[in-house]
Amino acid sequence: MRPVDFDYAAPEDIAGVVQALVDGGDDAKIISGGQSLMPVLRMRMAAPELLVDLRKVDGLREIRQEGSELVIGAMVTHHTLATDPLVAEHAGLLAQAAATIGDAQIRYRGTIGGALAHADPAGDLGAAVLALDGSVDIVGPAGERTVGAAEFFQDYFTTAVGEDDVAVAVRIPSHAGWGSCYEKFTVVAQAWAVVAVGATLRIADGVIQEAKVAMANMGPTPLRASQVEAALAGAAVDAGTLDAAGSRAGEGTNPPEDSAGTPEYRRHLAGVLARRALRSAAGVE
Amino acid sequence: MTTAPEIAPEQTPEREVGKARLRKEDHRLLTGRTRWTDNLNLPGMVHLALVRSPFAHARIVSIDTSQATAADGVVGVWTGEDLPEQGAMPIAWTVSEDLKVPSLLPLSVGSVKHVGDVVAVVAATTQAAALDAAELVDVDYEELPAVVDPLAALEEGSPLVHPDLGTNVCATWGMDSVTLGTGGNVEEAISAAENDPDQVVIRRTLRQNRITPGFIEPRSIVVDPTAEQVTMWSATQVPHILRILLAMTQPIEEHRLRVIAPDVGGGFGGKLQATAEEALVLLIALRLQTPVKYTETRNESMQSAHHARDQIQRLTLAARRDGTITAFDVDLIADMGAYLGILTAGIPLLGGFMFNGIYKIPAYRFFCTDVFTNKVMTDAYRGAGKPEATFGIERMMDELAAELGMDPIEVRRRNWIKPGEFPYATVAGLTYDSGNYDQATDTALEMFRYEELRAEQARRRESNDPVQLGIGVCTFVELSGLAPSRVLGSLNYGSGGWEHASIRMLPTGKVEVVSGATPHGQGHATAFAQLVSDELGVPFEDIILIAGDTASSHKGMDTYGSRSLVVGGMAIVGAARKVVAKALPIAAHLLEASPEDVEFRTGRFEVKGTDSSVSMTEVMLHTWLCHNLPDGLEPNLDSDYTFDPENFSFPTGTHLAAVEVDTETGRVHVRDYVCVQDVGVIVNPLIVDGQVQGGLSQGIGQALFEEILYDEDGQLKSGTLADYYLPSAVDVPHYRTAYTVTEATTNTLGVKAVGETGTTAAPPAIVNGVLDALRPLGVPDVTMPLTPVKVWSAIQQARGSQEEVTG
Amino acid sequence: MAGLSHMRSGMVSVSVTVDGVRRTADVEPRTLLVHLLREQFGRVGTVIGCETSNCGACTVLLDGVSVKSCSVLAVQADGATVDTIQGLAAPDGTLHPIQQAFHENHGLQCGYCTPGMVMRTVSLLQENPDPTEDEVRAGLKGNLCRCTGYQGIVKAVQAAAAALSTSATSTSAERTHAASEVTS
Repeated sequence: MRPVDFDYAAPEDIAGVVQALVDGGDDAKIISGGQSLMPVLRMRMAAPELLVDLRKVDGLREIRQEGSELVIGAMVTHHTLATDPLVAEHAGLLAQAAATIGDAQIRYRGTIGGALAHADPAGDLGAAVLALDGSVDIVGPAGERTVGAAEFFQDYFTTAVGEDDVAVAVRIPSHAGWGSCYEKFTVVAQAWAVVAVGATLRIADGVIQEAKVAMANMGPTPLRASQVEAALAGAAVDAGTLDAAGSRAGEGTNPPEDSAGTPEYRRHLAGVLARRALRSAAGVE
Repeated sequence: MTTAPEIAPEQTPEREVGKARLRKEDHRLLTGRTRWTDNLNLPGMVHLALVRSPFAHARIVSIDTSQATAADGVVGVWTGEDLPEQGAMPIAWTVSEDLKVPSLLPLSVGSVKHVGDVVAVVAATTQAAALDAAELVDVDYEELPAVVDPLAALEEGSPLVHPDLGTNVCATWGMDSVTLGTGGNVEEAISAAENDPDQVVIRRTLRQNRITPGFIEPRSIVVDPTAEQVTMWSATQVPHILRILLAMTQPIEEHRLRVIAPDVGGGFGGKLQATAEEALVLLIALRLQTPVKYTETRNESMQSAHHARDQIQRLTLAARRDGTITAFDVDLIADMGAYLGILTAGIPLLGGFMFNGIYKIPAYRFFCTDVFTNKVMTDAYRGAGKPEATFGIERMMDELAAELGMDPIEVRRRNWIKPGEFPYATVAGLTYDSGNYDQATDTALEMFRYEELRAEQARRRESNDPVQLGIGVCTFVELSGLAPSRVLGSLNYGSGGWEHASIRMLPTGKVEVVSGATPHGQGHATAFAQLVSDELGVPFEDIILIAGDTASSHKGMDTYGSRSLVVGGMAIVGAARKVVAKALPIAAHLLEASPEDVEFRTGRFEVKGTDSSVSMTEVMLHTWLCHNLPDGLEPNLDSDYTFDPENFSFPTGTHLAAVEVDTETGRVHVRDYVCVQDVGVIVNPLIVDGQVQGGLSQGIGQALFEEILYDEDGQLKSGTLADYYLPSAVDVPHYRTAYTVTEATTNTLGVKAVGETGTTAAPPAIVNGVLDALRPLGVPDVTMPLTPVKVWSAIQQARGSQEEVTG
Repeated sequence: MAGLSHMRSGMVSVSVTVDGVRRTADVEPRTLLVHLLREQFGRVGTVIGCETSNCGACTVLLDGVSVKSCSVLAVQADGATVDTIQGLAAPDGTLHPIQQAFHENHGLQCGYCTPGMVMRTVSLLQENPDPTEDEVRAGLKGNLCRCTGYQGIVKAVQAAAAALSTSATSTSAERTHAASEVTS
């Protein structure tokens, strides 16, 4: 199948991108790496009038440190996230999640901005960014704003990125020194997550100082497992504690039903994966 | 025994047969020098886009094509009403007198019967324009009630898929050992068993999931009507069969149609069909008198290319408490989908001959009800009815072992045919020519380290390990090498089962082998050259295969049912022997000897008892020169042979799977897989191993991942490769293969078939393994595919019911 | 040829270096890279198997790394270098060590997934010159093969890794280098 016919623009700066979106009206869409969008276009499940390509905009492929934050350009690819030393140091969970996305070819093209803006509830980066208390820089006709991950994800495939907005960067507070693990469960290796759980822990003196846990595909948006986090804060690092806390990951969630899982199964699986992620993040066998 | 994994390429035994020859096919395929149908572009070619039904069952109220017709680049738009010349698609197997055959028109008229049924076709100058215009075709449907579940379809008052047929029952077909004269009365035997404290009766209902063959190349068709012979290129396994069937059903005569299967990207039975799309492209090309192309999308493929399996098996097995089987009763419900493809109605019947497996069963009955539903038709897929049968009997053998507390190997051994008992006339009316199940099984057990794994299994059970270990067993025989024509005739099958070959001896010493067996990845060019090299003494490198084109290979029955070597190969051998017979008097003449004194050995004609000889190559040149041949002799070495097999081919084997089941997540991990095959004499071990490994991955796919899913309204829920899970390299294990050899006695090469063994044996081996792991937890069964959610849910359910019992 | 019926946005000119040859074409913006290769450049060695980025049959190298050419717009490849299965062997037909390894290890049957599988392998072995069996399998998870059961492919990739490591300065590496110079 081929996409419907559309107009195409490749502005050279963000202002041009926003202007193109404004001019393009309701049916303008942004393309970044295209790895979420192309299958949708090819199945003709979307029929944009205009595609606005970010590829000529400078600066969107950079990763830099700003104070205690890592600022990741929207067009940084999953491959880069998975292999970049700065990401590994300051946002280990993000690197681990990125390494599980799709397959190598998709990771070479797919971008963090595109993945977050697409907001598939089974997406991996959303859960990682949410766990890491990340935020997204969004530019629109009214200027630039930064939206925290918790407010960014609004519903199935719906984010704070408005019709004429473009996500330009993702900010992650440094989690240098934190242990982390992204546990993703799929039916076959290249499938989307049935459920995934990302956990990252700051441990000192054998005590969990802070715990951050988020889940993919457990609801319309990525979810924080706050009850797990609360149970772990200040707790000693031992298998029993981690397991008891992790088991609660699915509590209170309303995950989807499909051939890969019932809501009941997903709630259970979230607990299993959380236990495994926590043990691994804590370095406990 | 020969072990395969460590194949040293190009080892040089004297004969070509047995050598791990690297494939002649590879260089082209590896460099992109390929001829896939979709590669073809012809002057003036137009492209088709099809408008398909979004409903499982609906009346077509009206179709407005005006907007589409007026769109840019559009050459024409047709509905079923606009194509009065179209003929109903053919079926090739009238399985029973009560068979109901619904009319499948290339373009639907009046109603649609499944999602994907074609209602209109658009021809345009580009594919993009055709797709755009297809969206402008406005179809008004009146949705009708659909029936998706075959059991529901059998209920009184169910919606009828074809109201004109008055029933959803497509056909019924049965056989039993009393009528066949091969054994006792099943009902009496089961009833006796029920009243006998020394016997057990096991009843199970098993399910064969609906799956798709999953060829990676989508189907594509090009028709060029600009020559005297209209040429069709199609991504088909069966150009010869397609030509005849199109000539019989569409407005074109056989001699006016040439069909070419160029490079074909996998088939597995999925391209063993005469499709509505092929007929449509032909019809539009004839209308427009210009070349026409249609290439399906994957999504179209999922909703129109035939599916497979989809059976409900109600099985009753009676046995003595020592494990000896006394009766086996098979009652099948087979889901046809909405229409009949060329073999649809007969696929489950093939299983009727195989439900007895490798076992001596004194009383047997098979009854099948073919049922219509509002889904895509089912038809052949690698094994075609026999994997389903093997699944049934091999699952039951494990159920019997569990019931009796016996080792699953032991219960099988107690029942299988012993080496000294061949040829063996089975209760299903076949004669197995040869086999040695003890040898294959003993080899497999040793490779597998069966006892060690049983010990590990016991430890894991004892320690309540969250990861349980299961050992899956399947010992099997396959019905392959389709097929003896007389047997087909007795089953009301619409053609013979022979194969044809020609050998053309070229003056420079090179050889063209023309085969009616049409390759699509099996390595025919390589294996056939090995056969011919041995027969004619011509170097392997000097032999080329011509196939897949009805103009150059005018007679053929094509490739399916593991027939290429055991039927097609024998035709080639027959032709080669005729070449030698024709060459011998010429050689004798050149040697100035009497033909009786000349013998042919390793490429040379020798005068017995002398060192006087002439090579085949020299005879080839002299025949072409024709200067000095015996008086009155036709100057021609080229030969044809049509081989009709006397019997089927019965490859066998023992497969053992070690599966780990994570009881926390339900994940099944295949840790080890050992298979010992007996495929008779091996022509090319590299190709044989590839066939086995590929089939195993498909079988594991069926067992663990793959399922075509429809919702209750008949909407296809697994219409893309994102929701139909084909296994990747990560999802299948490293296989350990080995081979035992008992030569086939039904052909002079001693070869047996190999292509369908993996899809036959792997599903029961895997499922038996998972249940072996989970039975102690109280899990009685899990239906395929054994996805994590299903396995986990089964464990939960078992725990729940056990708590009820204890609590 | 493509686009005669669609003039909405006009055509966009793209320039791509395909297998060492710089080529230019006018495309509709909706044209996929794989369609550009197959239909406008006649490079039909690269094939299409699905529309959801699952099968990987269309894999090519875009600026040196493996991508699925069905999931890239032709306009996005403007100015880029594309290497396909048709440019991998030496001009005299000598197979690239990866192609040779697929041949020797029966890493293909019908051959339809092969262009993508081989091109993905080129990229995989650049990422990891000495992969374990598990790493090979994981590295190929975006490429589906229905014929081989993957065992021959995995063996081929490991054999290719060994062959490439013993002849690190193979002609192919030189050619890849030469091809990338064309665009720079």
